[in-house]
Amino acid sequence: MAAAATDHQLSAIKGKKVLMVGAGGIGCELLKTLALSGFQDIHIIDMDTIEVSNLNRQFLFRQIHVGQSKAKVARDAVLRFRPKISITPYHANVKDPEFNVDFFKQFHVVLNGLDNLDARRHVNRLCLAADVPLVESGTTGFLGQVTVHVKAKTECYECQPKPAPKTYPVCTITSTPSKFVHCIVWAKDLLFSKLFGDKNQENDLNVRSGDANSSSERSEDVFVRKPDEDIDQYGRRVYDHVFGYNIEMALSNEETWRNRNRPRPIYIRDVPSAALTRQNGNVENTKTADDPLSVSAMVSVGLKNPQEVWSLVENSRIFLEALKLFFSKREQEVGNLSFDKDDQLAVEFVTAAANIRASSFGIPLHSLFEAKGIAGNIVHAVATTNAIIAGLIVIEAIKVLRNDTSNYRMTYCLEHPSRKMLLMPVEPFEPNKNCYVCSETPLLLEINTHRSKLRDIVEKIVKARLGMSLPLVMHGAALLYEVGDDLDEAMVANYSANLDKVLSELPSSVTGGTVLTVEDLQQELSCNINIKHREEFDEEKEPDGMILSGWTQALTTENNKNSPAGGTETLPVGKKRKISESSNASSTSFEEKKEEVAIEYSDIVASNQYIVRKGDNAAWTIVSCHLSRTFLMKI
Amino acid sequence: MKGEELTEQETALYDRQIRVWGVDAQRRLSKSHILVSGLRGTAIEFCKNIVLAGVGSVALNDDRPVTEEALSANFLIPSDGETLVGKTVAEVCSESLKDFNPMVRVSVEKGDISSYGADFFGKFDVVVVCCYSLAAKRMVNEKCRKLSKHVAFYTVDCRDSCGEIFVDLQDYAYTKKKFDETTECQLHYPSFEEAISVPWSSLPKRLSKLYFAMRVIERFEDVENRRYGETSSVDLASVLKLRTELCQANSANESQVPDSLLGRLIAGPSEFPPVCAVIGGILGQEVIKAISGKGDPVKNFFFFDAADGKGVIEDISSNA
Repeated sequence: MAAAATDHQLSAIKGKKVLMVGAGGIGCELLKTLALSGFQDIHIIDMDTIEVSNLNRQFLFRQIHVGQSKAKVARDAVLRFRPKISITPYHANVKDPEFNVDFFKQFHVVLNGLDNLDARRHVNRLCLAADVPLVESGTTGFLGQVTVHVKAKTECYECQPKPAPKTYPVCTITSTPSKFVHCIVWAKDLLFSKLFGDKNQENDLNVRSGDANSSSERSEDVFVRKPDEDIDQYGRRVYDHVFGYNIEMALSNEETWRNRNRPRPIYIRDVPSAALTRQNGNVENTKTADDPLSVSAMVSVGLKNPQEVWSLVENSRIFLEALKLFFSKREQEVGNLSFDKDDQLAVEFVTAAANIRASSFGIPLHSLFEAKGIAGNIVHAVATTNAIIAGLIVIEAIKVLRNDTSNYRMTYCLEHPSRKMLLMPVEPFEPNKNCYVCSETPLLLEINTHRSKLRDIVEKIVKARLGMSLPLVMHGAALLYEVGDDLDEAMVANYSANLDKVLSELPSSVTGGTVLTVEDLQQELSCNINIKHREEFDEEKEPDGMILSGWTQALTTENNKNSPAGGTETLPVGKKRKISESSNASSTSFEEKKEEVAIEYSDIVASNQYIVRKGDNAAWTIVSCHLSRTFLMKI
Repeated sequence: MKGEELTEQETALYDRQIRVWGVDAQRRLSKSHILVSGLRGTAIEFCKNIVLAGVGSVALNDDRPVTEEALSANFLIPSDGETLVGKTVAEVCSESLKDFNPMVRVSVEKGDISSYGADFFGKFDVVVVCCYSLAAKRMVNEKCRKLSKHVAFYTVDCRDSCGEIFVDLQDYAYTKKKFDETTECQLHYPSFEEAISVPWSSLPKRLSKLYFAMRVIERFEDVENRRYGETSSVDLASVLKLRTELCQANSANESQVPDSLLGRLIAGPSEFPPVCAVIGGILGQEVIKAISGKGDPVKNFFFFDAADGKGVIEDISSNA
């Protein structure tokens, strides 16, 4: 008889109900391994549909499935080799209200194969509220990890703060870019949105010149195509405005350039051949453009290789052609487009615009392939790592089902062996007593209560930092804000008025010393925020004018007397080479010192901000830093 | 950019992995030819991984008829009974694998390849044998070594919840990139026979116990003339006796090969699917490294035990 697992393991699995969140890279591997291992009742949630770039690793999907629900196609594919098991797919967002605490309570274990921080935090909270164990995972390139989160036994997913995605000061993006990523952010978030997105959205595209009033009025119309204006004419006008005129405006602020290299304005007359070719009549896109996502400026212009770095002329040509194609082939979408990494024409436009801007500022140009990776925050992914991680998830899931608490492990999949190990198990950490999610410790918010509005707290703290979707804000018994379908009009109006009030002027005044209670009823999460008034903030470091601390403090405290190193330091990349020396020196035995080496990642996009976390008598250093995650090692 | 460019189709399909290993490695992968013999769960996982990665061709060898046993850890065999009658495991798997990636040529090689001449192996860049007997591992490894062309040779075994990979890259040069520094490296690998002949007494004390346990069972099946995996719990006493003999011959302590570990490895004939996924994943990565010439390859054994969760590299060669 061919048992899929030993009898011991099978008895643990029998009759158990499993929820998988995510049917992507890890999800496909996980569903297959769960089915082969003998799991009989699997539910799987994924809101995504299948894309071509998934097919190199999400092996349950084929070309013909592109556009279909991942959860549903994955189910059908697995039932082909395991027809008798039950797989229930949900083509939906795990944050939808139907997946509430009662929904989670029906499962014996939840397995995450997600790709974003937001959903991970949401699932973590629901698992805590429903008291269901969670096995969490993540991969990037050859690196990966699996962690086990069981309420009150191990740390929850949020016990260690996850660095927020990198944001850039507005002036770096609008006026003083120094890296290619700044040009990408400008091209994507400012220029692309201005030209093709919602016209009513706030946009900092135009630089503030000394004489702000007159120039901003002038430039507002620039982006609007005049009635009957020739499309080529319009493209050249936009080009000259953003790459020429705007740079001239910026240059007029002498102060800005005292310690910086002055950018060079670029006008279309500087690259005559770019416009010339187009006037000679461009090669029409011969592909039938029934799929708007297949329209391509590269095809029209005759550029083929996405790995190649285009010249300024080529970039200018792509810029003008892409703009023209948007207004000719996809006109009905203009006005409500948002950047999508799978939209070829959008990627072409953003690549070209970023490169032209980079030319102005003397920043090295990049290929479309590279630009797409940066603009789309694309996580590197290969099948092998996902397969390994999925195997490790199932091993932990079986331990959880057997309640084999002492053997729970966090496992790290490494690219370079550490003490001979490519797969490194570490005992899970205990819950962080200062965690605002799984403990009741209040947070501290420093804010200017005479200047900041309730909206700032709701949007930038409660939603963005604390990850609440349907928040409610209370001051004592007074409700300051809530959302929901069951509110009457008067309440909605009242809350919306509150949002725009300065904190100290709210009906129930919020000042230094106030304790706010914020709740998310769906996540069944509630926490307190102590408000501390502060007058001034450093605009570069705290562009939001707020500092949130509390659970973060336990980890970044600079003076831990127990630390042999005498304190935590944030190490730049260049110092990493010492790891091998220090770890070899102490590698007497890893059998006895299971916790000696540990690694942690954080979901952080293109960050150059390294957090060095301190555990028990140990300092941490960075092992490697990838596009989306930082790996740290305890030394 | 040197060499020919990847096609538009390749660039779109392989986008995410090119971001990991680069265009050059992708090009080399697409020109590589791989032989996989013994299609147990671990090999199936490996095949999936390299077909997705986009190797040039994969030849499958496994003449066993499709039975329920072969199904146990095999997601390449659809469960539509009738149509599979009379087909071999390799034939059915090749059909499913072709589906995974139309750009990879998948074929079937019939017969006992360990009896084939060295020339046969010269057609491939990588030879992987899964769940092979001691004698067959030796034979295929020696034949690969006779060729003037460097053929990368791997054995992979999965017993219960433990797995082992052996790697022979002969003389191997590669570039290593770590912490933004690129260095040229050179490695010399022993053959399988040379590696397992290293006296146990000369090996480091903390060597993975799995190494010894795997050798004991492999030897047991060899002297008893049994096929791979034909050992079961009823043989435990004889296996323990052989363990004692081997430890004495190698002047090694018996505690290096615990009873419990041996008992676990022969407990059942089946593989544990999560371990197949882990071992098949590591093996896939190793083969991709070897073909692309990028990254530290395993030298020369890798062990994984689900019980302690460690995935360990051991260097077992006389000059180690």
